[in-house]
Parts: sequence; C-alpha cells; structure tokens
Amino acid sequence: MKKQFIVLISIVFLILLFVFGVNIYKTQQAKKYGFMAQENASTFVREYSQTLGSDDAKVYLVKFSDPACETCSAFHPFVKKLMAINEGKIKLVIRYAPFHDGADYFVKILEAAKKQGKYWETLDVMYKTQRYWASHHNPQPQRIWRFLSRAGLDLERIRNDMKDPEIAAIIQQDLTDAKTLDVRKTPGFFVNGKPLPSFGYQQLQELVESEIKKYY
Amino acid sequence: MTNSDKASNSNWTIIFICWILASVSTLGSLFFSEIMEFPPCALCWYQRVFMFPLVIIFLIGLFPLDKSIIKYTLPLALVGWSFAFYHYLLYSGFIPERIQPCSQGVSCSETYLDLFGFLTIPMLSLLSFSTIIVLLFVLKRRLSK
Repeated sequence: MKKQFIVLISIVFLILLFVFGVNIYKTQQAKKYGFMAQENASTFVREYSQTLGSDDAKVYLVKFSDPACETCSAFHPFVKKLMAINEGKIKLVIRYAPFHDGADYFVKILEAAKKQGKYWETLDVMYKTQRYWASHHNPQPQRIWRFLSRAGLDLERIRNDMKDPEIAAIIQQDLTDAKTLDVRKTPGFFVNGKPLPSFGYQQLQELVESEIKKYY
Repeated sequence: MTNSDKASNSNWTIIFICWILASVSTLGSLFFSEIMEFPPCALCWYQRVFMFPLVIIFLIGLFPLDKSIIKYTLPLALVGWSFAFYHYLLYSGFIPERIQPCSQGVSCSETYLDLFGFLTIPMLSLLSFSTIIVLLFVLKRRLSK
C-alpha cells in the first residue's frame, strides 16, 4: 500500500512540476515579448502599421486616429511628450479610423508620404494646419496641398501614389479592426490592448504608466 | 523485516528510480517540443520512441514487483542509448555533420538548449538512458546473486 502511495505522490508531483514549469516559461515569454505575445495582437498592430519608437519597447500605444480629427491633433503632442519622458519604453502604433467624411483622402496622402519616408513630418504638418482644411463648418480638403510642401514632399508623386489600391486595402483593414475593437470615436487608444477606462489625458497617462510599471 | 524483504524493497526502489528517470525525461522532452516549441529532429524522435514506453513498462513492473522487467526494458534502453550516443557524437562534432541522416526539416546538430554551458538536450538524453541502463545492470546482478 505504501508503495502505491509513493508512486501516486510521484505522479502528482511530476505533473505539478510540469504545469509549474509551463507557467514559469509562459510568464517569462510574456515578459520577453510583452503585448505582442498576445493572441489577438495583430488586430491591434498590423504588419503594415506605421510605428514610432524602439522595437524593444514593451508598451504598445495603439492610436486609432483620423488626420481630420481635432482631438487626434490635440493628443499628438501629448503622446509625443509621454514617449519622450519614457524613452524607449513606448511604441506608438498609428491605425486609421477615418470617420470624418472624406477623411480617407488624408489617410491616402499620409500613406503616400510614407513611401517617401516622410510619414511623421507629413502627419505633423497635417495636424498643425488642420484648422485650415478640416474645419467642421467649412471643410476644404483641397487646401491641404499648399501646406504639404512644408514636409518636403514630392507632391506629384503623392498624387500618383495615393491611388495605390494597397492603401485603400490598408484603410479597409484598419476600419475592420476598429469595428472589431469597438472603436467608434477618434482617437481610440489602446495601451497593450487595454482601452481607456474613460477618455482623457489623465486616463491615458495613468494607463501608460501602469503598463510601464508592469514591464519595467 | 527479513533479509529477503529488504532486498526486494531495494529492488523495487531501483525500478522506481528508473521509472522516475523515464518520466522526467518524457515530460522534459514534451516540455521542449510542446511548450518551448523546439521541433524534435529525426534522431530525437527515435530516442523518444524508446524512452516514452519505458514510463509505462516500469510502472507496470512496480505493481507487483516484476523481476522479468529487465528483459523488457533493457533492450529498449540500449537501443535508445545508441541513438542518444550517436546524436551526442553528432552534436559535439565528433561525427561531421554531412553524414548525418536527418538533413531534411530540422537539423540534428543545431543547438537549442545550453544549460550551464554544457548540458544540451542530446546530453540529457544520453545521461538519462545511461543511468537507466546502469541501474538495470545493477538490478540484474542483485537478482542473479
């Protein structure tokens, strides 16, 4: 009887050891790869998505945005400040949710600018001059062109490149993902896949800080 | 407790240790392949083929203590050991890689794990098979006395 008991205990012990090992390994991997180890990570970050920040960053700040959205523009410097304070720890991912009428026009310009390696410059120019071409009572998308040269873009090339069906596909995919993630307003923020508890600068900062604490 | 009881207890313990070794090796190899997702190479598979059944056979031999267990487990362990030894030679470069039989898919000489700078997966396998064989020979000697 005693022998049976010893063997039984051993079996239980071995299985527990195995399960324990699995847990330790998984936690370690999760720490190593962080958010990107999550199963649904690709819904938040697509291969093609424009990112800013170190590849080693453990905090993924996903921003569903619209170039014509005022609040997105207002948040832009705030996000940049957060990134500067926590250098190397945050990776910003730009996704598109062009909910304003005709806003996909600007997304296309932005993606075309990416081909010239001027993505962030163009986004900066867009946000800074937004009030001149995206004003709610008088949207004038054509007026954006006079500002674009500030980003040092080859405008002829932009006009050609923005017709690329690949860009349309990117917008479509982003809109699909936005729907999956229940983004109905812009900017829609996710920090390592977690949405803001309620909208605001403070809430975004707190969520980012809590994730940084978790991984660093 | 009589002498023969004591002897039989020790014999039981030897098989028990063999069973533990086989179980740990089996779970360990499953951990490498299923959890850490290292693809097992062909040679690893042959070693697994001879290690996995030992878990069941040793366990059966424990209840009640079956002395003929050596007859069933030693051949398995010896064949498994041969694969492990060959794998070890391949791994440590005593046999040049170009004559290895498993060039397709996963290379048998690629190092996946290097514990404490010297413990590799083929080495663990070789150690495990060797210990089981030694224990079985010890048991054999004790029984033939």
